[in-house]
Amino acid sequence: MAGREHIIEVKDLVKKFGSFTANDRLSFHVERGEIFGFLGANGAGKTTAMRILCGLSYPTSGEIRVAGFDVYREREQIKKRIGYMSQKFSLYEDLTVSENIHLYAGIYGLGRKQILAREAQLLERLGLEGIRKRLIAGIPLGWKQKLAFSVAIFHQPAIVFLDEPTGGVDPITRRQFWEMIHDAAGEGITVFVTTHYMDEAEYCDRVSIMVDGRIDALDTPGALKQQYKSENMNEVFLKLARA
Amino acid sequence: MKRFFGFVRKEFQHIFRDKRTLLILFGLPVVMIVLFGFVVSTEIRDVKVGVWDRSMDQASIRATQKIFSSGYFLPAGYIDHEEEIGELFRGGKARVVVVFEEGFEGKLLRENRAAIKLITDASDANTAQLSLTYLQGVLMSYFQSMNQDVQLPWSVQIKSRMFYNEEMKGAYMFVPGLMALILMLISALMTSVTITREKEFGTMELLLASPLKPREIILGKVTPYVLLSFTNAMTIVLLGFLVFHVPVRGSLWLLMLECMLYISLALSLGVLISIKAKSQQMAMFMSMLGLMLPTILLSGFIFPIDNMPEILQWVSTIMPARWFIVIVKNIMLKGTGMAFIWKETLILMGMTLFFILAAVKQFKIRLN
Repeated sequence: MAGREHIIEVKDLVKKFGSFTANDRLSFHVERGEIFGFLGANGAGKTTAMRILCGLSYPTSGEIRVAGFDVYREREQIKKRIGYMSQKFSLYEDLTVSENIHLYAGIYGLGRKQILAREAQLLERLGLEGIRKRLIAGIPLGWKQKLAFSVAIFHQPAIVFLDEPTGGVDPITRRQFWEMIHDAAGEGITVFVTTHYMDEAEYCDRVSIMVDGRIDALDTPGALKQQYKSENMNEVFLKLARA
Repeated sequence: MKRFFGFVRKEFQHIFRDKRTLLILFGLPVVMIVLFGFVVSTEIRDVKVGVWDRSMDQASIRATQKIFSSGYFLPAGYIDHEEEIGELFRGGKARVVVVFEEGFEGKLLRENRAAIKLITDASDANTAQLSLTYLQGVLMSYFQSMNQDVQLPWSVQIKSRMFYNEEMKGAYMFVPGLMALILMLISALMTSVTITREKEFGTMELLLASPLKPREIILGKVTPYVLLSFTNAMTIVLLGFLVFHVPVRGSLWLLMLECMLYISLALSLGVLISIKAKSQQMAMFMSMLGLMLPTILLSGFIFPIDNMPEILQWVSTIMPARWFIVIVKNIMLKGTGMAFIWKETLILMGMTLFFILAAVKQFKIRLN
């Protein structure tokens, strides 16, 4: 994969909350079109770093470029080019499927015709044509999750940030969800995903593992397993966490 | 702009889909107006009056007739023992007892003075006080009319007039107060709750990560409430006029502008609360306790500010409603213009500016 464009470039990212250091000199890059897994235990600093990359908070110091733009000065440009799906479920429960799609697509500046065409295509692919006019509150969690992801990439962003997207979902839906992520990557969308399910790390092109605010390991899942002489990513993680 | 309108439309969809919100928005003002109009009243009607007439002569009987033909009082019957007064009060059969002294007419004619005792059940102090005032008024005017042809060497007649509210209508007092209260409730409470709801459900994160600017998000959330609050203000004025005949003697345009100013103030307060509060409950609690109660108690809406202890009078000066009520009363009842309310208007403007700046500052702190 050498020579591919670095769509996210992070150098010495530090984020402090008072005397607590949430991110301690993180340096890494993400290549265009890859699925980048951002792993770590709860409280390791994953979400903090991700929020900075999305322009939701400022870093204390460090040099960070996302989609070619600087996170201090060009947040507007970054926000137009990314999609974001947060930990908490984030479609509007009291709006219909279609209204949610139109709302987010509208916020990202898509035209009406474009929205209608893509909406039809999307619902057909998900097999959800029948529930276009149903309120989100009334559809199963698995469908909601898939819809939330589809909405996050509806405007075809360069990068999509997924913050623990599969929390609380059954294994089958999780599996389908990862298929959707792979499809998106196939269309050229870079996927930046945080998770604490270590088995999901296997689906990523490369993973970084955070422990206590630092990145302790970063490579392809295969290389990491070899390096730490482990059967699976779970073992890799446990070895790192105990060290 | 298109992005922004799409966002505002969504906010309207939220409002029109939630029955509770709709009820608060449109039911509350009407219910409050009607309740205040018919329950909280500074007028008295059908107060039951017992009579202990110890002389039973022409003058006392005529005076009694005068009382019951005034329209404010209902006869609760005659009594002839002091003990019966207590019985009437305890049984709730009478609120007031009128006692004519013995030889009433004779004393009146010979000595030009005779005594009437008015005894009230003051366990309900307001009604007692009002009934006394009304009874005194009725009796005074009756005896004055009796004496018309008799020229007394010196006599003082006191005539009073209630300017701007000739009939002492309660509605004149509570319509401005209710406007202040309802606008505060809807603007501040509703916006603070709706913004914290986005925070709680995680949709705020999504909006902040989108190309929408923070100020567009806040404005988008607030815009529907500006329109709805304004509609409400006009509904209250209209209801006050149609049902309780409260006039708008000054400029309606000025009144609308002042309403908009007060609404903006309440909205900026709501935004400030929503930035501080972590949950909807918290926001509701802060709005209720921090805004509603002081607005009711300290704005002069129900309790006169001049009668408060000095320290509370000082506290009342930071109540936006206090100034707004003065403005509304001036425009609606006195028919005055900007020349008389510029000071209050400036105070409200200053407060609005302060809350907006505070909200922006808090918001920046939160982002970092």
